[in-house]
Amino acid sequence: MNFDHLRATFFEESAELLESAYAQLAALAEGRSDAETVHALFRAIHSIKGGGGAFGLDRMIGLAHVMETLLDRARDGLVTLDPDLLALLLRGTDALSDLLSAERVGEPAPEGLTEELIQQFHAVSAPSEPAPSPRTDEPQEAVGEGWRILFQPHAALFRNASEPLHLVRELRTLGPVKLSVDAGKLPSLDRMEPEDAYLGWNLTLEGAVPRLAVEEVFEFVADDCDLRIEPLAPAAKEKFELDERKSPSAVVQGDAVPALRSDANAPAPQSVRVDVSKIDRLVNLVGELVINQAMLMQVGSALPPDICPGLIGGLETLSQHLRELQEGVMAIRTQPVKSVFSRMPRLVRELSAQLGKEVRLVVTGEMTEIDKTVVEQLADPLTHLLRNALDHGIEPPEQRAAGGKPRQGTVHLSAEQRSGRIIIEMSDDGRGIDRARVLDRAKERGLVRQDAVLNDSEIDELIFLPGFSTAAAVSEVSGRGVGMDVVRRNIEALGGRIAVESRLGSGSRFVLSLPLTLAVLDGLVVSVGAQAYILPITSIVESLRPQKEQIHDVIGSGQVLAIRGAYIPLLPLHLRFAVPDAEPDPSRGIVVIVETDRAGRLGLIVDDLLGQQQVVVKSLEANYGPVDGVAGATILGDGRVALILDVPALGGIGPVRGASQTITIPSPQPPSH
Amino acid sequence: MNAPMNIEAVAGTLKAPADGAGMATGQYITCALNDAEYGIDIMSVREIKGWTETTAIPNAPSWIRGVINLRGVIVPILDLRARFGMAPTMPGPMHVVVIIQTMERTVGLLVDAVSDIITVDVSDIRPVPEIGAGGPDRLLSGLVPLERGMVALVALEKLLNITEDSALKSERPREDTAALAA
Repeated sequence: MNFDHLRATFFEESAELLESAYAQLAALAEGRSDAETVHALFRAIHSIKGGGGAFGLDRMIGLAHVMETLLDRARDGLVTLDPDLLALLLRGTDALSDLLSAERVGEPAPEGLTEELIQQFHAVSAPSEPAPSPRTDEPQEAVGEGWRILFQPHAALFRNASEPLHLVRELRTLGPVKLSVDAGKLPSLDRMEPEDAYLGWNLTLEGAVPRLAVEEVFEFVADDCDLRIEPLAPAAKEKFELDERKSPSAVVQGDAVPALRSDANAPAPQSVRVDVSKIDRLVNLVGELVINQAMLMQVGSALPPDICPGLIGGLETLSQHLRELQEGVMAIRTQPVKSVFSRMPRLVRELSAQLGKEVRLVVTGEMTEIDKTVVEQLADPLTHLLRNALDHGIEPPEQRAAGGKPRQGTVHLSAEQRSGRIIIEMSDDGRGIDRARVLDRAKERGLVRQDAVLNDSEIDELIFLPGFSTAAAVSEVSGRGVGMDVVRRNIEALGGRIAVESRLGSGSRFVLSLPLTLAVLDGLVVSVGAQAYILPITSIVESLRPQKEQIHDVIGSGQVLAIRGAYIPLLPLHLRFAVPDAEPDPSRGIVVIVETDRAGRLGLIVDDLLGQQQVVVKSLEANYGPVDGVAGATILGDGRVALILDVPALGGIGPVRGASQTITIPSPQPPSH
Repeated sequence: MNAPMNIEAVAGTLKAPADGAGMATGQYITCALNDAEYGIDIMSVREIKGWTETTAIPNAPSWIRGVINLRGVIVPILDLRARFGMAPTMPGPMHVVVIIQTMERTVGLLVDAVSDIITVDVSDIRPVPEIGAGGPDRLLSGLVPLERGMVALVALEKLLNITEDSALKSERPREDTAALAA
């Protein structure tokens, strides 16, 4: 493990710690906090400080230190965290986050970011608190006559090659240690697992040793043991800090030394940090297995069943297990949307201050899980939508009051899983879309014809057009040339859709519908000539074999299909993709009607439907490049590659243009032999 | 199923004596196309496998044969003959694909056969004469005279620069606003 690796891990962990800190702060602000909340906040800040120390980030340490001091006092009940202090802590956390991200990209953090904050923290903390120089040690606290330490290692501690003896020796460097073994959990010999851990130790450390010095000894094994550190003599200031796993109720058991019960508290879910590329390799391997299995199935079904009676049954069991394995591996890739949602409160705080608006952000469903790649790609579109909501949606407080609305605007951000997709909604109770203005603006920009008559939803769609921005003057916050068209494109690139509903005067609602994962999709396999293509099931409306009289030629725009009183433009895939030997007559092929966001319904003409199956999405861009009309590739049961069609892009180009384009470029077709 | 030939092992044994001489030599795998011999830097070669059917990529240049599944990775196959402006190869079971891995991507080169592995002194590599800007010579990085004839060294990075040559051509127009202005 090299230094860069450590750095990357540090930043990743710090980001998680900050997230946790924000979550605790939010809990405190909303009054749903308990003793553990402040503890957790303290721990998060403390861990950030510790990590920063390892990397010599002095400014960060300085700030984290004063925050820790304040939190420590709050823990002891010497300070009550009122809204002012919480706001200060929030700003401190924001600054820590800024310092971290500056450090991450290797830029110097803005000057004066921390100094003023540190002063403020000093002001609210005890005046006697000495001004900490960076990288000083912990505040001297609660130094008593010594500590009673109850230490019960888990089996994991030994598996990690930690050695309790070393810990005891280290403790002895702090002062005289008395030790007794707690063998109370030792089972009878016949029930003893040789690799499990049964012994615990009661250690007494005498002398005026700071608590943190004791904690540091156990720092690296804290996750793998039950640890309890108590002051020897009942000090005036009674403090207990337990291993995170302990519930608060277990803390307040007084001075009596309770028997350690490692299994009394359900262990918190443990997690492992894994490189995503390793998971991707697993995903790939499982994909390969699925293909292999499909091949075996094919071979197996060709054999007479009496030759190998167990074969088919075995293959079926294999396929079942494989499906479970695939689902399991995919689940590893998922992540709660929390990691991106949690960035939003800060944005709201900063923007509302900047815009002079009062805005409350309500977040629900943040534990909804979605593919990691999708989560990462969501940050930009969501940030943009939120900026828009605050800048254009929510009115200034006076205006809201005058309109009979509460002064404080509300933005609701939610996520939920609905029928195999993730639905993310962002709604505000602002002024809504002013359709008349949108239409004027679009006409002004030449985006629609002057005499065009559009219905409401068509007008709402206009905001997604490139080059459209309603803000008359481009404001500081939004409207920096990045428009809703980029948001839509980002969402579509994820295989998602975005729609807007709005009512003038009462707000807008943006609904994002995203696939659970980018790695697998349900597809319809169609054949065109010798080629097979995959159509994502989600985009298919219906498929049919058209009658001759249903197909009409329209001069200049190819053919249309008349179905139930509507005309649907037809796009022959073999022309679009220049596939030779395809069925040229639509009435002898199959029309698959697909829904595209921009061009409405479209009838794709294919030769035949080969079946429906789950396919593993592979990148075509990694080794080749983007291909127009193709979203990716997959591997079929026989090992062949099939292209996955990018349905929205197919709709973007008319069949005539597609056809003329394909004729000029010869497409290689491997000869069959 | 053609078993991939482990080039790395070969490369390792060949590279060993060169260590003393620093970076003065390089190894190249040579393959014959028509009557000319081309050299591919052995350090970029990941494996050599038999020809398998490809899946065509729509609107690709004629020298892109399509893509294959290389143990779960989608790898495009370039027809080296067509890439150099010659008639496309009619591949059969005897043809081989040289899988090349560069910093950016993995690509297969369709060639007739692999003929040799040569060790070349860097000082023996001659520059490619500038004859016409658009010819296939810009896809070469140097020429090596051997006793049996000349070997042209392939400039892999340029050869694999697919996006520059093809993807731009087929990039879809972004704004199709006319359709909405109903």
